[in-house]
Amino acid sequence: MFYIYCPYCGEHREEEEFHPKGQAHIERPKEPEACSDEEWGDYLFFRDNPRGVHHELWVHAVGCRKFFNVTRHTVTYEILETYKMGEQPSITADAQGQPREAVAASRQEGVRA
Amino acid sequence: MQRYSGFGLVKHALSHHENWERQWRNPTPKKQYDVIIVGGGGHGLATAYYLAKEFGVKNVAVIEKGWLGGGNTARNTTIVRSNYLWDESAALYEHAMKLWEGLSQDLNYNVMFSQRGVLNLGHTLQDMRDIQRRVNANRLNGIDGEVLDAKGVQELVPIMDCSSSARYPVLGASWQPRAGVARHDAVAWGYARGADAHGVDILQQTEVTGFKIRDGQIYGVHTNRGDIEAKTVGCVTAGNSGVLAKMAGFNLPLESHPLQALVSEPLKPILDTVVMSNHVHGYISQSDKGDLVIGAGIDGYNGYGQRGSYPTVEHTLQAIVEMFPIFSRVRMNRQWGGIVDTCPDACPILSKTPVKGLFFNCGWGTGGFKATPGSGHVFAASLAKGEMHPIAEPFSMFRFHSGALIDEHGAAGVAH
Amino acid sequence: MSQSKKQVHRLAKGGRIDRSRTLSFTFNGQNYQGHPGDTLASALLANGVDIVNRSFKYSRPRGIVAAGAEEPNAIVQLGSTEAAQVPNVRATQQALFAGLTARSTNGWPNVQRDLMGVVGKLGGKFMPPGFYYKTFMAPASLWMTYEKYIRKSAGLGRSPMEADPDTYDHLHQHCDVLVVGAGAAGLAAALAAARSGARVIVADEQEEMGGSLLDSRETLDGKPADQWAAQVVKELAGYENVTLLPRTTANGYHDHHFVTLHERRTEHLGETAPLAKGRRQVRARMHRVRAGQVILATGAHERPLVYAGNDVPGNMLAGAVSTYIRRYGVAPGNKLVLTTSNDYGYRAALDWKEAGREVVAIVDARQAPAGDWVEAARAQGIKIITGSAVIEAKGSSRVSAARVAKIDIDAFQVKGPAQELACDTIASSGGYSPVIHLASHTGARPTWRDDLLGFVPSLVKGVHACGGANGTYALGEVLADGVEAGVKAAAVSGHAAPSVSLPQVKALKQGPAAALFQVPHEKPTLRAPKQFVDLQNDVTAAGIELATREGFESIEHVKRYTAMGFGTDQGKLGNINGMAIAARCLGRPIPEVGTTVFRPNYTPVTFGAIVGRHCRDLFDPERYTALHQWHVENGAEFEDVGQWKRPWYYPQRVNGKVETMHEAVARECSAVREKVGILDASTLGKIDIQGPDAREFLARVYTNKWEKLAVGKCRYGLMCKDDGMVTDDGVTSCLADNHFLMTTTTGGAAAILEWLELWHQTEWPELDVYFSSVTDHWATMTITGPEARKLLAEITDIDLDKDSFKFMEWRSGKVAGVPARVYRISFTGELTFEINVQANYAMHVWQTLFKHGEKYGLTPYGTETMHVLRAEKGFIIVGQDTDGSVTPEDLGMQWCVGYDKPFSWIGKRALTRTDTKRENRKQLVGLKPKDPKVVLEEGAQIVFDPKHAIPMPMAGHVTSSYYSPTLDSGFALAVVKGGHKKMGETVYLPMADGQTHEAEIVSPIFYDPKGERQHV
Repeated sequence: MFYIYCPYCGEHREEEEFHPKGQAHIERPKEPEACSDEEWGDYLFFRDNPRGVHHELWVHAVGCRKFFNVTRHTVTYEILETYKMGEQPSITADAQGQPREAVAASRQEGVRA
Repeated sequence: MQRYSGFGLVKHALSHHENWERQWRNPTPKKQYDVIIVGGGGHGLATAYYLAKEFGVKNVAVIEKGWLGGGNTARNTTIVRSNYLWDESAALYEHAMKLWEGLSQDLNYNVMFSQRGVLNLGHTLQDMRDIQRRVNANRLNGIDGEVLDAKGVQELVPIMDCSSSARYPVLGASWQPRAGVARHDAVAWGYARGADAHGVDILQQTEVTGFKIRDGQIYGVHTNRGDIEAKTVGCVTAGNSGVLAKMAGFNLPLESHPLQALVSEPLKPILDTVVMSNHVHGYISQSDKGDLVIGAGIDGYNGYGQRGSYPTVEHTLQAIVEMFPIFSRVRMNRQWGGIVDTCPDACPILSKTPVKGLFFNCGWGTGGFKATPGSGHVFAASLAKGEMHPIAEPFSMFRFHSGALIDEHGAAGVAH
Repeated sequence: MSQSKKQVHRLAKGGRIDRSRTLSFTFNGQNYQGHPGDTLASALLANGVDIVNRSFKYSRPRGIVAAGAEEPNAIVQLGSTEAAQVPNVRATQQALFAGLTARSTNGWPNVQRDLMGVVGKLGGKFMPPGFYYKTFMAPASLWMTYEKYIRKSAGLGRSPMEADPDTYDHLHQHCDVLVVGAGAAGLAAALAAARSGARVIVADEQEEMGGSLLDSRETLDGKPADQWAAQVVKELAGYENVTLLPRTTANGYHDHHFVTLHERRTEHLGETAPLAKGRRQVRARMHRVRAGQVILATGAHERPLVYAGNDVPGNMLAGAVSTYIRRYGVAPGNKLVLTTSNDYGYRAALDWKEAGREVVAIVDARQAPAGDWVEAARAQGIKIITGSAVIEAKGSSRVSAARVAKIDIDAFQVKGPAQELACDTIASSGGYSPVIHLASHTGARPTWRDDLLGFVPSLVKGVHACGGANGTYALGEVLADGVEAGVKAAAVSGHAAPSVSLPQVKALKQGPAAALFQVPHEKPTLRAPKQFVDLQNDVTAAGIELATREGFESIEHVKRYTAMGFGTDQGKLGNINGMAIAARCLGRPIPEVGTTVFRPNYTPVTFGAIVGRHCRDLFDPERYTALHQWHVENGAEFEDVGQWKRPWYYPQRVNGKVETMHEAVARECSAVREKVGILDASTLGKIDIQGPDAREFLARVYTNKWEKLAVGKCRYGLMCKDDGMVTDDGVTSCLADNHFLMTTTTGGAAAILEWLELWHQTEWPELDVYFSSVTDHWATMTITGPEARKLLAEITDIDLDKDSFKFMEWRSGKVAGVPARVYRISFTGELTFEINVQANYAMHVWQTLFKHGEKYGLTPYGTETMHVLRAEKGFIIVGQDTDGSVTPEDLGMQWCVGYDKPFSWIGKRALTRTDTKRENRKQLVGLKPKDPKVVLEEGAQIVFDPKHAIPMPMAGHVTSSYYSPTLDSGFALAVVKGGHKKMGETVYLPMADGQTHEAEIVSPIFYDPKGERQHV
């Protein structure tokens, strides 16, 4: 069972307080009508499914009800960082799906779980 | 191939079992095959078996990065049923069911297919509407099944709490007598032995590291044991399908999740059917060894760790004890996890891909084991002809572009 | 019950048992006696009970082998009453209590004379691994019969047939350092961590903390080792920052240092939890621990040697022999032969000798054993046979002799003739396997060390292994290892440990161990007498060799084909030997054959303990409305909707007999259509939406338009997912220009709130809008029917005139003297007012309504009547008339779709996909049965051609179907392929009973199509 740092509450809480909501950073096309069926289908259903570092959307469902992002390794299940909506990850996958420091964005204390 | 029989067993006993043959060879890879199957699980091995036996394609390699049958084939709760709601799924799973019914004899390998019947319980009025809808559809599709009321359920499973004092009382169930369980490992081994006997090369400890693609057409794979060529490649790698698709340069509408299961310590026979409840969320049967085999829920996050979260196991056992209060003092022996590749509509993908000659068979989610023979058979037919078999046709990955989903979530009862 | 036996093997002195008290117990119906401090196993051995069970496959007699969690044979059924039954209890881990009642799990008619045993003897030859895959195939029709007998012979204990009288609970705990195991390493680690001030939990599976120190031959500071253990436990118990949990097994190690500790609180006291202050105690407790750092001090399990006949009762682990002598004062026999590959085994012989029993010989596989214990044995005059091993144990129900011969380990051969040594006990030691189970739960693969001949754990961040678990066995090093782990772990949470002075230990000289697993026999393995590897599952060395010959080369294959390690002991004794044998057969080094992956649980855990309180009444909370009590008192039948209990219908007593649902619903329907009815609609989800952009937000998540909805007005809205499928609906009202109240389906409330937050927080954060659930704050009472206005007028100050308070409007005012919001909307098609008041006022308002309503024939109705009435109007219920594959257009609700809204609302784009444009999509229609007496079955499938052969092409199905008292006929809603263009056509419904019903496709609106009644 995961131990997740909510970047809004500023605390580690048990996984039972959260719901995973799938891949993070999926943006709804600005002009849906301009999308082909294929593009719309890709937006709706097609996802990265990496074996390694993955950026996920979670919600603190029975906590502050805020959505936030989690960078997590899908094999070791290690949570590498959590960050607020609108922020970019500071750790991304290298070619092997292993963690790699991206931008040196510093986060407040404890965010790196 | 050495035929198996009771007589043979006696004969071998008298020679101290020194003359049993290998059940499959351990061949060195050839440079080139007609068809390569990536993935040596039940579905992949079944595909190879039917390719060689029924579709005359004998120059086939099955490439398995670990040991054959070591993935979800070895990790599921072995339930076999075909009472699916939509015509497309019903056709696929019933095709499998018919093959199950003769499989031990066809493979000369006892897969212990035990047609002890499956109950899908209903606990709410809407559950019962969905059950009636599904059973009516099954009947018109030629699939056996009936709707039972609570009394009928109680007669089949006297040890279950069917009283009205339960939090979600059992209102009734769908009952498929031909459904049941099978011995999962035996399915993989039986298909492997059969495929091998027809000349298929099963290459274990061989990992595909990339695809050889020239102007949109596949012509082979890179492996840790060198390149192997083939103009037709079928990927049957369950949880790892997404990773392979990425190698081939496209995405799939798949996410790989942990699915957990657990067993009790072995008990004397006490549960003679398979009981599944979607609403209180517990699935249980008893293996021939005596273990209560219990399916837990799927974890919501992506995971390749072959383990899930503990609360999922807790909730499952809460449901089991709610349904079977007498099991409270029974003890849980072991839990484990598989990696299930799930589609948005809870139906599999049997499909051509953007790469010519490259086919995928995946997305079985929690329902793959029961389909093994049917999946292998129609996929083999598709690989042999280069065109999807009619039963496989509706399961194209491109349905997620057109919107022609086959949504088994809604009314299909449990997807296990 | 016959006379109770004497404790023939109980030593005159020694052991940690309380000889001043005697406990009597029964095993297989026979009466015995033991002492407090005994386990069931030690008591059985003390009483000279050799055969404790029959084996799983060959039904061979089996005795006690070990003294702890690794015991494979002594599996018993506990309990004197039906409700108290516990299957598969390990006798070595069950403390003895007065009146304990146990039976063997196998053996018929009994374990002494067992008929299956004959079958096993004769048939064993015909039951190689996987024999069942190779037979029982012909004729196919007979498999189910074969299976019945196979199942009968399988299984160990039996399930109770009565509900559990006991309760269990959970504790949620946090600590800086969790120490698993309170042996030498664990106590040292705990001491260091505790003194640092860190929050420490120490869990140990045994009755007493101390582990091997409790029966050690060694001294600490010149005193017996158990005294140091006692003193450390005492000190730890004195710290506020330390929690000591004896009888507590760390059974599972989950992600991010979440460890479950299974504490058995009463299993040592009785078969069911005893009463304390009149209340039954909690039988077991699961501690759900989130640890900062975890120290694994789980020790090591001794490996037996694998030789012929090694399963005959009297074959034991050397360490177990020592434990029974030193800890329990029991010498489990008279004449001992020890066969060992290492120095540690010698302790058994020394203890045996000191217990006054005869040591026939020590048989050591090594050519020139040397070391302090070896010398001690020589000094005692014990005969040591070197370069040799016991190659076969003789005897059937008890060891009668050991066949000993010189062996060549590398050539795997017996050298020279065997001599037969008469004895009744053979102790064997093949070295130790670190207990790595918990570490491998985390997914970390263990690593093989040739110097240790065992796997040591690989560790994820934050885990420390020390002592035996880490392959460190010498007591002095173990203590130091423990302290170091304790200091390190505490430091992570910022707690510096003061130096811990360790007791003096005499360092022992040790000779290297020999790498011996399976002992060779004169005959090749396949022909030799059975050499058991996994005793519980009857897996033999021959079985493993056969598996490898048949192509099962990975250890995972071997395990599955032979069932090795799948018992309740999960291969604690057998797995490493099995891997070594497989490696020998394949000519590969052990690590290449694979590692063994252990899964939770370390030892089995009662379902009840995992479930805790979350069963029976607390399985899932029941949600009641503020009016629930009234419904109960008025005889309502209830329907489960989500977690809510909703009144389903209110059966009345009519001249002496209670109405059927059909009668009650007919009465309730007529009351609404002709007079006035009342429904408790409080369960509908209510979401309060505020903010300058609330209106814009609604326009994006609903399919229809919202920009013009004026204050005081209400509007029905339909919600889709972005795939275009309908997901929820409800009425939303404009309370103020930037303030709306949204209602959702009862079941969808929570999900819709999260859905709104999702879109706001992830896609449209720029919109200034806020959501909060007010479902429980407001109670909703729906009064509906021609008399509704008259009734409400009597108790409200709101002007109800039809022109000043129009349909689809809302007003605030007083109802029954309390502040209320009244919505004039209708789900029945009749004149309707939905009265919303603060939930705490609900009962007062409800009762006032009935006081005034009697003269109007006010009738309470439930969800069933609500369904009939709404269906007559063709109003859908999301989740019943839709199933996630239905678009607004499929429902014929284009009137509710804002095609020209500026923002591309959720679901719009999907409506133009190729599949959603299809002509023959399933569309919502009404069905009128040709025979008005017929009420179609909900879920009935619809076909156009009833003559078609199976499989029959299906065109849709019935989603809702009822008898309508108003129309005096059955009627239904259904989805039918291309239905909207098929009005008036006939469809067929072939049913299970062979009948085929006919129905006409009609408009889904069966009643008051112009909607005049709701406007009056």
